[in-house]
Amino acid sequence: MKSVIRKFTVAAASALTMISATHAADITGAGATFPYPIYAKWAEAYKKATNIGLNYQSIGSSGGIRQIRAKTVTFGGTDAPLKAAELDKDGLVQFPSVLGGVVPVINLEGFKPGELKVTGEVLAEMFMGSISKWNDAKIAALNPGKKLPDQSITVVHRADGSGTTFIFTDYLTEVSSAWKDKVGKGAAVKWPAATSVGGKGNEGVAANVNRVKGAIGYVEYAYAKKNKIPHLQLRNRDGKYVDPSDKSFAAAAAGADWFSVPGMGISLVDQKGAESWPITGATFILMYKNPVNKADAQEALKYFDWSFKNGDQMALELDYVPLPDVLTKAIADKVWTQIAK
Amino acid sequence: MNTSPADSGILDQRHLDVADGQRRAFMNSSSTDSGMRDQRRLDVVRKQRIQDFIFHKLTLSFSLIVLISLIGILVSLALVAWPAFQKFGVEFIWRVEWDIINEEFGAAISIFGTLASATIAVLIALPLSFGIALFLTETCPVWLRRPLGTAIELLAAVPSIIYGMFGLFIFAPLFAEYGQPALQSTLGQMPLIGPLFGGAMNGIGILAAGMILAFMILPFIAAVMRDVFEIVPPILRESAYGVGCTTWEVVRHIVLPYTQQGVIGGVMLGLGRALGETMAVTFVIGNSQRLSASLFSPGSSIASTLANEFGEAADFHLSTLFALGLLLFVITFVVLAGAKILIIRTERAKGLKT
Repeated sequence: MKSVIRKFTVAAASALTMISATHAADITGAGATFPYPIYAKWAEAYKKATNIGLNYQSIGSSGGIRQIRAKTVTFGGTDAPLKAAELDKDGLVQFPSVLGGVVPVINLEGFKPGELKVTGEVLAEMFMGSISKWNDAKIAALNPGKKLPDQSITVVHRADGSGTTFIFTDYLTEVSSAWKDKVGKGAAVKWPAATSVGGKGNEGVAANVNRVKGAIGYVEYAYAKKNKIPHLQLRNRDGKYVDPSDKSFAAAAAGADWFSVPGMGISLVDQKGAESWPITGATFILMYKNPVNKADAQEALKYFDWSFKNGDQMALELDYVPLPDVLTKAIADKVWTQIAK
Repeated sequence: MNTSPADSGILDQRHLDVADGQRRAFMNSSSTDSGMRDQRRLDVVRKQRIQDFIFHKLTLSFSLIVLISLIGILVSLALVAWPAFQKFGVEFIWRVEWDIINEEFGAAISIFGTLASATIAVLIALPLSFGIALFLTETCPVWLRRPLGTAIELLAAVPSIIYGMFGLFIFAPLFAEYGQPALQSTLGQMPLIGPLFGGAMNGIGILAAGMILAFMILPFIAAVMRDVFEIVPPILRESAYGVGCTTWEVVRHIVLPYTQQGVIGGVMLGLGRALGETMAVTFVIGNSQRLSASLFSPGSSIASTLANEFGEAADFHLSTLFALGLLLFVITFVVLAGAKILIIRTERAKGLKT
């Protein structure tokens, strides 16, 4: 009996040391859930190439900001960029890592993906609740010849705070002054529509939209595509109706002047360009200019550098849009150089 | 070895023997032979006393851990929640507002959702589990008793997330298709309670959450009730049957009065679980920060609000979430304390009667 216990203890102890040995070399990060799949995929490939792993906890953008402020992680991830003043206060630098799009999705009998067209103003009114029926004259006017049912609209939103909600409400704030005054933008807002239902996570929203007849919601592009939920066509700033795709996301980011705002925290919603998808957003990385552990910070930068150079195809496979090479080079030259070695 | 509670009877016996020996030793202290024997006996006594002392302190410290962690949780909740109470005062409890961007918070919506869903759950689960426990102990054929009892216990072992998934993907669509229209066309047409069953029929909402919770707490209440029904002395039950009572009369006049305390305890156990249940409720309650007259409309409970918003909460928002947590703590405490008082009162009333 005793020898068994001893053997077990030895085994457990050696297992523990093995775990801590592998973890010691890992890069640590925490934050936004939106980019988690691509960070994980990059990390897997990076580990194969360099034998250094990534331990990224997708605890949400605010969680990421909290963790980097508490200095428990080497980098934090956030979908809602920090303002220049906040960055300066903590001595942080910020740079985008990957782009993606948010897509309004519907459950309306007889409508296939992209068959229904709306403008940003009408979309905002639907989410406000001031347009409460699908056969409202304002929707009908944008969709001549389509037979719209006399069905009430149920708004499905994220119940948990989320970067997806931030990007979506950022767009509604941009295109509708009523939304800007009454609701505003944020990771979680007070949804004004009388019949609104909250779902947990993208999958919760997708499940509710699929289930409730006459529902409208918003999810990350990958979820809409994977679950084949019908999306809306949106009219962009140039007046063209566009479908969401990595091309239309990239088009929205093409004209962006990233360095116009300190900390690169620009908004990509409602951008110019005939092809641009209007609800496009970036997710950001936060790191200290003077990191506590300089070697760890450099390891993290190596991971991002490797991923920017080798990870474009992986990003596209997961329906993200990689940053253009000109931009990643500028990030390396202008931002990463601020981090003390 | 002799520190297990089962041995305490033997221990006491030994103490008596030893004390007896001491007395005798005092009486014939002249004999050196017996003096040596007494010395050995005294050593045993001392050893046992030390063992008992250590045992007592050890178990005491275990119990203190519970008390300390309870107070620790309460204090830390209150500390982080303080800014919220400082800003809104006691008003926080009945403010109907949850606006994260403008930092206007109130707990009324979540408290209403918590209490409403838990009450619905108990209202549905109580008669059902009473019937189940009754059937199992009074009228169930012996061969069915075991499998049925096990099935109920298994129901209690199902993780709450499974109930949530079942609720959202299977129960809610069926409820929207058949249950809600039926309720709306019957109960919804009645005066006073009509508005409770009005509004859009999505299948999810406070009523749906209450019904899923009822399924979850049913096995707890039923299992406790069955156990306490079984401890009614057969002689009482058989005598009642012997004088010609029906099953209902036996239950009403013999079993229920005898087991009142246990039954209330079982219901409170269920209610406590319903109040704090998080995952299943989050799936089906609809997660809307809005107060509505209709039980069909989506709402939120304290637990679901916490589960949804912790990930992205910062600074003041975080403090309000802790305040909500503290309120849930208080509500649960009040419910349990109420149950205890109820039990003591009924005990007293019974004491006066006899």
